[in-house]
Amino acid sequence: MGIVSPGFHGRRRGAGVKLPPGQYLTEDFPVLSAGPTPRIRPEDWEFTVTTETGQEHRWSWRELLDLPGETPTVDIHCVTKWSKLGTSWEGVSLDTLLADVDTAADYALVHSYGGYTTNLPLEDLLDGQAWIAYRFDGEDLAPEHGGPARLLVPHLYFWKSAKWVRGIRLMDEDEPGFWETAGYHDYGDPWREQRYQGD
Amino acid sequence: MARAAVPGRLSWRVARLTDTRAETATARTLVFDVPGWPGHLAGQHVDVRLTADDGYSTQRSYSIAAPADGDRVELTVQDVPDGEVSSYLTEGLSVGDPVEIRGPVGGWFVWRPADTAPVLLVAGGSGVVPLMAMARARRQAGSRTPFRLVYSVRTPADRYYAAELRRPDPGLDVAYVYTRAVPEGSSRPPGRLAVADLNSGGWPADFAPDCFVCGPTGFVETAADILLSLGHDARKIKTERFGPTGG
Amino acid sequence: MIDDYEDGNALAGPLSEIFTFDVTTADTRCAGCGRTGPVAGLRVYTHAPGLVARCPGCEEVVLRVVRTPTAAWLDLRGSVALRIPLAPA
Repeated sequence: MGIVSPGFHGRRRGAGVKLPPGQYLTEDFPVLSAGPTPRIRPEDWEFTVTTETGQEHRWSWRELLDLPGETPTVDIHCVTKWSKLGTSWEGVSLDTLLADVDTAADYALVHSYGGYTTNLPLEDLLDGQAWIAYRFDGEDLAPEHGGPARLLVPHLYFWKSAKWVRGIRLMDEDEPGFWETAGYHDYGDPWREQRYQGD
Repeated sequence: MARAAVPGRLSWRVARLTDTRAETATARTLVFDVPGWPGHLAGQHVDVRLTADDGYSTQRSYSIAAPADGDRVELTVQDVPDGEVSSYLTEGLSVGDPVEIRGPVGGWFVWRPADTAPVLLVAGGSGVVPLMAMARARRQAGSRTPFRLVYSVRTPADRYYAAELRRPDPGLDVAYVYTRAVPEGSSRPPGRLAVADLNSGGWPADFAPDCFVCGPTGFVETAADILLSLGHDARKIKTERFGPTGG
Repeated sequence: MIDDYEDGNALAGPLSEIFTFDVTTADTRCAGCGRTGPVAGLRVYTHAPGLVARCPGCEEVVLRVVRTPTAAWLDLRGSVALRIPLAPA
């Protein structure tokens, strides 16, 4: 531990609220970005699921909106240590999108417009745990927050909730994504504080 | 686990506050004593680390405001709203209190007194800090290299180092660009940095000046684009963009 | 909206923990487009779980650094080579 500076407390660390270890509470919605913000017009947007056998399932923006939407209210936890509680979204459950996809894969590699990728077990995308979200707080999802649509997997650190989502590749083996190849955890459970490889 | 510092790599040093000066209503210059400080070049920056008594720790980068002077390190810190580090540094830190400093770092955005090309400094807001270090290094070294500073601020009250920059310093010309409110008698209406400001306040491209631009991202983009349009060589334009919030 | 990034100068502190020379003064060649220039001239995105330095020409990732409590992860895949100025041998 470094030399203590007297009277320095830093950001409040979620007094009175149950937060994952090491997190602090924020009211605003910080924008994190590892590169320029892609500008995708909805009419150009499409979402593709590719199975381990190479079979492709594709949705246009219109086809996505025609699927039954859900309105989850969830807590989100960023690995840079902020947590935001009770965020409200609208989107399509991955259960709906994957209902007719024939797969025996165990892992998913999510990829985005702009080149970002992230990996997670397929089972974490199912059973009401994940959505392709296109509205936040009653508004269309802004480009800086991943619009037109992002993945939302709130039970894992928020880097898994890929912004500008473009597709998901289903695979038999786990393959690390953008941050996972640079030291971040392959699973990323905030309650077990799985920030880095080896945590 | 403690590891010995590897020679040549930078490690954290304890810095104690010895003096402070208000520059504006929201910015303070902090003078630190850093035993064993290795010295630095004008334009370099340091990382400042704060640690709370429960072990929480965070760090930010700040430009050094004055040339090397023994164990003395001067920073000018702008207090940003909700900035957990800047608010503590400008309001919470008392003389004698310690912080940790790592540096100096950054060997590219620097001016050396041995450099002889004319120098153009273009500052946006608190981006003046490393450029002031260059102007002060010039004076300290007795350099005759001609300097021009074009300094963009919102209002006259937002100027850092106003008294010092008012004092005659032969060979250093200062021109202000006010974006919101101008002082009485000013002929230039308030407005963002434009071609005319760098055309009249800078050097002709033919003089091949070293250009240093520092400020927020948008300001730096604008200034660099103007300099290119005026014919300056891209390799002679060095930029330092501030982060989005600083904190 | 302008995307907020900083100059490669912002890498100087974090990389000073790893290297004994100032990497920001080295020239790097982008593996994506071949553009060559100082590391200090890269575009660095700092509001992220790590530092991501991109080529100012093609915006591809040239260099990434992640600092964990016990290690630094350095990815140089996007850089063909670094030319490091040294005193004459």
